[in-house]
Amino acid sequence: MGKRHPLVLLMAGFGYAILYVPILIMVIYSFNASKLVTVWAGWSTKWYGELLQNGQLADAAWISLSVAFWSATIGIIFGTMVGYALARFRKFRGKLVLNGMATAPIVMPEVVTGLSLLLLFISMESLIGWPAGRGLTTIIIAHATFCMAFVAVVVQSRLSDFDISIEEAAMDLGARQPYIFFAITLPIIMPAIIAGWLLAFTLSFDDLVIASFVSGPGSSTLPIVIFSKVRLGVTPEINALATIIVAVVAIGVILANWLALRSETASKQNHKE
Amino acid sequence: MGFGSLKRYLVILPPFIWLGLFFLIPFFVVLQVSLSDPALTRPPFTSIFNWNGWWPTEFTGDLENYAFLWSDDLYWRSYLNSLKIAAIGSLVCLVIGYPIAYVIARANARMRNTLLLLVILPFWTSSLLRVYALIGMYSPNGFINSSLSWLGLIDEPLQLMQTDFAVYSGIVLTYLPLMILPLYSTLEKLNTDYMEAASDLGASPLATFWQITLPLSMTGIVAGSLLVFIPSVGEFVIPALLGGPDQLMIGKTLWTEFFNNRDWPVASSVAMVMLAFLVIPMMFLRNTQGAREA
Repeated sequence: MGKRHPLVLLMAGFGYAILYVPILIMVIYSFNASKLVTVWAGWSTKWYGELLQNGQLADAAWISLSVAFWSATIGIIFGTMVGYALARFRKFRGKLVLNGMATAPIVMPEVVTGLSLLLLFISMESLIGWPAGRGLTTIIIAHATFCMAFVAVVVQSRLSDFDISIEEAAMDLGARQPYIFFAITLPIIMPAIIAGWLLAFTLSFDDLVIASFVSGPGSSTLPIVIFSKVRLGVTPEINALATIIVAVVAIGVILANWLALRSETASKQNHKE
Repeated sequence: MGFGSLKRYLVILPPFIWLGLFFLIPFFVVLQVSLSDPALTRPPFTSIFNWNGWWPTEFTGDLENYAFLWSDDLYWRSYLNSLKIAAIGSLVCLVIGYPIAYVIARANARMRNTLLLLVILPFWTSSLLRVYALIGMYSPNGFINSSLSWLGLIDEPLQLMQTDFAVYSGIVLTYLPLMILPLYSTLEKLNTDYMEAASDLGASPLATFWQITLPLSMTGIVAGSLLVFIPSVGEFVIPALLGGPDQLMIGKTLWTEFFNNRDWPVASSVAMVMLAFLVIPMMFLRNTQGAREA
């Protein structure tokens, strides 16, 4: 099997090109001095300067960051509870329902999730007066719901990978819950929870469709603002903004990967010693 | 695990209540609105019950909206076209993704990590921005057209935007990583002895691939295809930004019905029918995931 056909390598290279060429071109054009996207007028960073002065985009970015932070945080708390209950509690009333409710938001079409939550919020408002109107709270509730589903899956699979006997040993030695959870289980699944938080944060930060349904006046997230501008065509400012976001994500992912690799090699060396 | 039943319910109940309230109940609200009629009120639909204080006295909902969906071919064409685009899109992702997954699975450890990282990286980048990047490629004054006309190959810009081709490109760019990752994890676990045995016995590389590698990687193929197919059916951003009036997709139709026509009852019935279309592939996905975990 060691032989790799050059044709297979060529096809794989083509696939990678499909993923990267559009992004690379967007990055290059963000440094174009001309306002016209068609004309190359030399290198310039002026669009990045203009970006900093654009208050609308800055406000939207701030809203998106805070929504993503709170959604991911609620998501890891409830998501860890769900993942733990599904992986560790043998049988309980409603386990099947919980399992279904925890995984379904992942595959639900965004337009359906957005519409259904908006209709719920409106019905609740007319019944009990809360939530009053739509804004940050409703977006955070909507995002936290799908965030906890993703975290639950990540945590559940991490828990089913690791040896339950460590927890059992602690119990035999007289430790009680929730002490065992906080002293033993939580530190072991912490990498999964952190990965879940980052995934949840990214998904919330990127969401356009659900936020469009449940946001109100004055709570436009960054994707909502980008979408309204992009509909009118390509602009150098959005190229610059997209380049910044892509750069931040790329640095984050590469850094996380590097840290994971380092701890992996470190633990391998520990085993050798 | 040492949890008394009271402590257990302290763990289970909070997320259970949250998901029940914000995930399960909303579907019943959508169902209810889909049975109501549009009205010039706030919110813009009628109640499906006549109320006497807290008690419903009479059911006034009907299936009129569903009958409307059935009678107007816009909705039928949107559903069928979404299924078609999602199916062909998944197939294109499979054809493009398989060689990548194969090369990653057979690469040495160091190379494998880098190649895998290059697949995961776009997955973490906003799909809205990736679709936006395609507009910069395909628009009449975009990169492809301006390059071709600079080379003197075309006089008129090619119509690349608002075509099926643009929509499929969007699906591939957005969902290719979701195809590659499950394919890679099946191919990586594959026992290469079978392939070696086949080639020792004189099978050509192509025959080995068709008769051994491909059938053995079927779990990855099914999982990857469903992971691309399901979100593609309900996709909104791709047809909205890259497609035109001919690239009807149900996610876009629902959006238009809701935001532009402000017909909430019809939008709700579109959503209910969309779920009915997706229930089977969703159950299928759950089963393949269960099979993989077992």
